[in-house]
Amino acid sequence: MKKTWKIILTMSVVSTLVGCSGSSSEVVKVYNWGDYIDENTNRMFEEETGIKVIYEVFPTNEEMYAKVAHGNAAYDILIPSDYMIEKMINEERLSKIDVTQISNYIFIDDEFKNLVYDPNNEYSVAYSWGTMGIVYNSSLISDQIDEWADMWDPKYENQIFMYDSERDSIMVALKKLGYSMNTRDEKELALAKKELIEQKKLILAYVGDEGKGKMINGEAAMMLAWAGDAEVMMAENPDLKYILPKEGTNYFVDAMVIPKNCENYDNAIKYIDFMCRPEIAAQNMAYIGYSTPSSAARELLPKEMKNSDVAYPDLTGVSLEMFNDPSDIVETYSRIWTEVKAASK
Amino acid sequence: MSKRKYLITPYALWSIIFVIVPLFLLIIYSFTTTKDGKTVLSLESYMKFFDPLYVEVLLRSFRLAFITTIVCLVTAYPLAMILSSKEFSNKTIILILIILPMWMNSLMRTYAWMILLENKGIINNILSFFGLPTKQFLYDEGAIIFGMIYNFFPFMVLPIYNSISKIDISLIEASHDLGANKFTTFRKVIFPLSLPGVITGLIMVFMPSLTTFMITRLLGGGQVILIGNMIEEQFTRTNNWGFGSALSMILMAIILMSIIFFSKNESLDSGGLI
Repeated sequence: MKKTWKIILTMSVVSTLVGCSGSSSEVVKVYNWGDYIDENTNRMFEEETGIKVIYEVFPTNEEMYAKVAHGNAAYDILIPSDYMIEKMINEERLSKIDVTQISNYIFIDDEFKNLVYDPNNEYSVAYSWGTMGIVYNSSLISDQIDEWADMWDPKYENQIFMYDSERDSIMVALKKLGYSMNTRDEKELALAKKELIEQKKLILAYVGDEGKGKMINGEAAMMLAWAGDAEVMMAENPDLKYILPKEGTNYFVDAMVIPKNCENYDNAIKYIDFMCRPEIAAQNMAYIGYSTPSSAARELLPKEMKNSDVAYPDLTGVSLEMFNDPSDIVETYSRIWTEVKAASK
Repeated sequence: MSKRKYLITPYALWSIIFVIVPLFLLIIYSFTTTKDGKTVLSLESYMKFFDPLYVEVLLRSFRLAFITTIVCLVTAYPLAMILSSKEFSNKTIILILIILPMWMNSLMRTYAWMILLENKGIINNILSFFGLPTKQFLYDEGAIIFGMIYNFFPFMVLPIYNSISKIDISLIEASHDLGANKFTTFRKVIFPLSLPGVITGLIMVFMPSLTTFMITRLLGGGQVILIGNMIEEQFTRTNNWGFGSALSMILMAIILMSIIFFSKNESLDSGGLI
């Protein structure tokens, strides 16, 4: 048995050594949403700085959090959404970012600084933003769709896709009722639940990423969608339209943050600086289809993207709201969603 | 002797790292909860399960898994018998046809069915091309059961086929010699001897049917929630690993009990008849 232990010991020592030699050359470890960057920009960063980009992707904020908070995975850059950043700031998981070291920070518009999730702008640099609305197929729906209540119209029975996500669905129900999507009021949440159970009779399916392809093929007539996804779908099927419901909706900002356990802080700063450069930001936004928080970058976008009213909608008269740290409500949401899902049609 | 013992080391290591340790973590998570930033022992996660809502989800999962298993058994058994009969010559082709889809990833196969069965999918397009009425195949429990039967059917056929083809032909001949007709021979000889395969098949189909979450989402359109989806949700979205672990533990306990139940009956039967 002694020999076996020796072998194991040697193996583990060797693997630690290998691990060390890997991190001694300059790297930056980036953890971003899937399909949320033009990967050529990573190559350009490597060529320019000689810093190797180790790039990994996550499917949801929650899965990103689960990996970063529970595991020992150490990244230098994360790109989560607003409410998740707020949660991570509250839990003291993020490093402060010294924006004076970021020369391209001036290109970020002021309206994307000091937002609710990071009021003193100490921890995050905005990467992209977008709204949530309704995508509908104008060849299947002749009426004007302009409010959330349209998703409750019995006319459209079995033609509606909702997101298989408690947060987004409950947001829609709360907005339809005229409440804040950040409400913690039990009565309001109970009413929202009732709305969603009521709506289930009309729903064709609660979809994930597969919904986009289905919508393009005309499987359903309307769907809850992010602006960036809407842009992608509309490029494939010109009958599709995107609207912001008049009851108001959710807008999000995804921002670059540096976790506390990062190992390459200086490289992370360089990476953020690089991504803020207008040409680079424009290249990324042109690829992902979401909206850039930098007017300078927007100017560099192809004409139809620069003037897209999906990506840069006229926001006069539309009330936009952002999610707060949901830590205290996530259990309630989960239960509401289970009840909706378990309800019979 | 001692040399042979060493041979087991890789397997022992494997099971410690990938089975024992994760199981242990699951037990720890399920019996702890975080209060004011501190982790304390508690039964909270288990208590939480005893809520009519969650029990209903579990019962629904059982119902769907049960239907799937029975349909698989009833359809797979005759096929296994045909395949193992000596007169049947195209055995290899059929066997390959059963196994072939398993070479592909099951997610891909499920996606393929989704594209085939959609309202605007290939099958409905063909129907409407010939002027036939189209049908909504997806987005309900039926679609989920269909998907599970399709995905898990080979796991029922193969073990039954194995155990039937291993039956000593002279036993069947003896039964005929002693005056038993075909049906009696099947009831008294073939079926009892194929039971180990049947039990394996039942377990191999029932377990994945009970825990699936992908088929529910893709073919069921997320309209139905099963225990597998609930567990996934606790880990990926709600971030309540305690409750997720407790649900997994409860599910494992139930599966373990049913395996013990099945295999006990099996040994009784085979013991009584041989």
